[in-house]
Amino acid sequence: MVRFIAKTTVGQKFWMSITGLFLIIFLAVHLTANLMIVFDDTGRLYNEVVHFMGTNLFIRIMEPILALGFLIHIILATILTLRNQGMRPEKYHVHKLGHTSAWASRNMFILGLTILAFLTLHIINFWVKLKFGGTGTVTIDGVEMENGYKMVSALFSMPIYSIIYIIAILGLGYHISHGFWSAFQTIGWSDDKWRKILTGCAYCYAIIIAVGFSIIPIYFLVK
Amino acid sequence: MKFTLKIWRQKDSRSKGKFETYQIDNIPSDASFLEMLDILNDELIRKGEEPVAFDHDCREGICGMCSLHINGRAHGPDEDVTTCQLFMRKFKDGETIWVEPWRAKGFPVIKDLIVDRSAFDKILQAGGYISVNTGNAPDANAIPIPKDDADVAMDAATCIGCGACVATCKNSSAMLFVAAKVSHLAHLPQGKIEATRRVKAMVDKMEELGFGSCTNTGSCEVECPKNISIAHIAKLNREFLKANLEA
Ligand code: HEM
Ligand code: FES
Repeated sequence: MVRFIAKTTVGQKFWMSITGLFLIIFLAVHLTANLMIVFDDTGRLYNEVVHFMGTNLFIRIMEPILALGFLIHIILATILTLRNQGMRPEKYHVHKLGHTSAWASRNMFILGLTILAFLTLHIINFWVKLKFGGTGTVTIDGVEMENGYKMVSALFSMPIYSIIYIIAILGLGYHISHGFWSAFQTIGWSDDKWRKILTGCAYCYAIIIAVGFSIIPIYFLVK
Repeated sequence: MKFTLKIWRQKDSRSKGKFETYQIDNIPSDASFLEMLDILNDELIRKGEEPVAFDHDCREGICGMCSLHINGRAHGPDEDVTTCQLFMRKFKDGETIWVEPWRAKGFPVIKDLIVDRSAFDKILQAGGYISVNTGNAPDANAIPIPKDDADVAMDAATCIGCGACVATCKNSSAMLFVAAKVSHLAHLPQGKIEATRRVKAMVDKMEELGFGSCTNTGSCEVECPKNISIAHIAKLNREFLKANLEA
């Protein structure tokens, strides 16, 4: 089993797909929580959600597991991509792949790096502030909590930040448009019939994620 | 028809190669790509020059010997054919055609357009067979096999091992080839017995010989002259997972 994880690319890809699917599930939870912000412009609902996420035991347990998932996914992505890059020492003069494969599938690492760059920024701007203060507090029903709403609306009042955010989210959408069905293929849960269904689901999910997350900066831009 | 050919010339595996330009005229539109190269070689020999070396054998699309990366695509611009079944009418008159050998770490160039594909033989030797004698043709009916399984196995078995999957893959991955062989045997009762050992041995060999991993881009199945589906890659992944969970 250890050999399977460490030694073969097929094994490494298995763990990429497991971590990738885990990240996909995480995104669904994250998006649901985020969207609460547009339903109450006093910020009360969103602050309650943020408070719940910050104090709930299950979420607290999942946090380090999530970090580990990201780490494994990124490390394996780098190992595999570097190895693959050495597999054609002499390049073709002409190599047409445009109509035989999807753009996203050929650029998963570039898309991943875009996500990673944004993730770093995101963690500094949101997560660190929420964890270690710096957002100011608000008291709801006698409970003092971080004022996440104020922080978010301040960040999205800067159009440049909103634009970076939307670009990163589009990259994420592309990553998922391939990653979603590719993960099932890697696990072995696919055949000619299922691949059609799964690629359909992949595009739907990618659109939900891309549009869903983008609604928030757009909401603040037009508000 | 008239063409400008940019052909990769390389003396031997140790030399550095380069593209040479050749002008060729009076090519019948129903000549195959290899026949076009025959005509070119004929002219080269008459002029006392070294003919272009390229692989071929059956010239009827069944042996997998011919190769060639033509204008950026494995086996050229036509769909689901080998280079020997590619006809010059698929090109525009006067077109410039780039002809390159398969390029992959696992397929080193031997001379001009010929590459060494013995890596595929080594992968097969690692496990692409069954060890028992299954008898003669009449014995085939002794073991009933569900029609669906037989069909899938038969589709996988159409792989001729030409290497187009490796040639076109951005990672030079041999997964479609290995998957076709693994899936073919894993779908049949005669092959199932050794399935665990086979998939591990073949994957190990594939990695050892310098082929990339699979990103599921799907280019291989598009360029495969036999239309082998990447569903077989999912099957390989399934077999590989099962084999490692059992161990
Ligand atoms: C929330 C963020 C992310 C999600 C939901 C996600 C999801 C996925 C999924 C589902 C796959 C398919 C796995 C497979 O083919 O079996 C995948 C592949 C990949 N991911 Fe991510 N990923 C994320 C972030 C990243 C990051 C930060 C990187 C950093 C470099 C990255 C790099 C890659 C690469 C290179 C592949 C393709 C690997 C290959 O097949 O060669 N991903 N991702
Ligand atoms: S020469 Fe046999 S397949 Fe082309």
